[in-house]
Amino acid sequence: MTPFSYTRASSPEDAIALAALDGHRLLGGGTNLVDLMRKGVEHPAALVDVTGLSSDIRETAQGGLLIGAAVRNSALAAHPLVRTRYPLLSRAILAGASAQIRNMATVAGNILQRSRCAYFNDAAGSRCNKRAPGSGCDARGGFNRYHAIIGGSPSCISAHPSDMAVALAALDAVVHLAGPQGGRSVPLLDFYLLPGDMPQIETVMAPGEIITAIELPPLPVAARSAYRKVRDRASYAFALVSVAACASVQDGVLTDVRLAFGGIAPKPWRALRAEQALLGGPVSAEAVAAAIDLDLQGAEPLPGNAFKLELARRTAFAVLADLTGETA
Amino acid sequence: MAISINGTEVHLPDDPRISLLDLLREGLHLTGTKVGCNQGACGACTVLLDGERVLSCLTLAVQADGRSVTTIEGLGEREALHPMQQAFIDHDGFQCGYCTPGQICAAVAMLRELRAGVPSYVTADLAGPGAVTAEEIRERMSGNLCRCGAHNGIVEAILQVAKEQAA
Repeated sequence: MTPFSYTRASSPEDAIALAALDGHRLLGGGTNLVDLMRKGVEHPAALVDVTGLSSDIRETAQGGLLIGAAVRNSALAAHPLVRTRYPLLSRAILAGASAQIRNMATVAGNILQRSRCAYFNDAAGSRCNKRAPGSGCDARGGFNRYHAIIGGSPSCISAHPSDMAVALAALDAVVHLAGPQGGRSVPLLDFYLLPGDMPQIETVMAPGEIITAIELPPLPVAARSAYRKVRDRASYAFALVSVAACASVQDGVLTDVRLAFGGIAPKPWRALRAEQALLGGPVSAEAVAAAIDLDLQGAEPLPGNAFKLELARRTAFAVLADLTGETA
Repeated sequence: MAISINGTEVHLPDDPRISLLDLLREGLHLTGTKVGCNQGACGACTVLLDGERVLSCLTLAVQADGRSVTTIEGLGEREALHPMQQAFIDHDGFQCGYCTPGQICAAVAMLRELRAGVPSYVTADLAGPGAVTAEEIRERMSGNLCRCGAHNGIVEAILQVAKEQAA
């Protein structure tokens, strides 16, 4: 690792002032950043530890939840209100990483974790436009089983690795930011940027801005929700395809439905068109596949990951069938 | 600037690059904690930080300032093994032994999580308490790899301790 200094932020204002300085990076649990520093992918001059800030979870006046940026993943997954009102969020967090890592990792750090693409992580030997803009992409012609089938670009096909963020996308979560110019709130669906020709820019955050909290709106349909993760081993592996879903059904037809995919795109892929198409109809394999295809138009799968199209359709149907009592 | 390690106050290193793992092994010669992958993929470096299991390879020592660390050396002694250590011996929960300190630290914390009602990905009812089953233990221990494949013995050992604790 290249040398760096370490300080603990004493307040959000302190963190904002320090975050704006050249070479300064915020440190949560460190499960991603410290690893990337050791691999020579990240070279911060200074780490600003923000784990002492905003680590509480409280109900909002509207009946939603406000989750502090420094809340540990394990604490969020185990919170009684998350388990009963937003079970897909608990399940998504528990599907990610290992218990040790979830004990360390913060909510904001999870959202801002960087690519797990093997070529991004190989500073010594691989070309990567995200790590070294303009250098090229070795994933496109290489091992791309874990990569995006939609939303990527000629410069980058990295898939977003977070499970938690897929559930947050289905829940219409809002990211609260604070910065030198004050505070603002950004829906999670608008928070991530697709790579285009600047894959090194991953979110709408401006220099000096920090995440202070994540807000969940009240969402009764979320009480009946699920997260299913398909991966190469039963546990402790990144998603090939994952599905976060909420559904309510009456007289055999869907009266409310939320769907988001992980593992297939550079950001959590909310299936808004499918949701519209499925409303008022039954949950059948054909209906779900046709609806999902509305959101996967424009997919450009590669030889290593073309299976994800069919896997996404089938997983979405299996999850919705489970939630609504149909036989998968 | 100090950490309590197995009950002893230890000064933090000046260089913030030093991981908790390197401080334990190279600074304090507490070599029970093992270096496996050094990138958060294997669990061999698992220790308890304020009683919770974490990876010491991805923890900077400075992050543990003011906190309390327990390693395998702090769990039991040669003449008075921790029940989890004895159970690993009883059930052949290891072969080469390299992953064992991390497995045991993780297992001790994992049973505390189970007793506290913390759910896992395979817990059927998220609103209820988790059951002490082999399936639950396998999921909850998935962050600790064993290349010798001693997992059946490891699960048996943990089930034994869970049973003893419930008695």
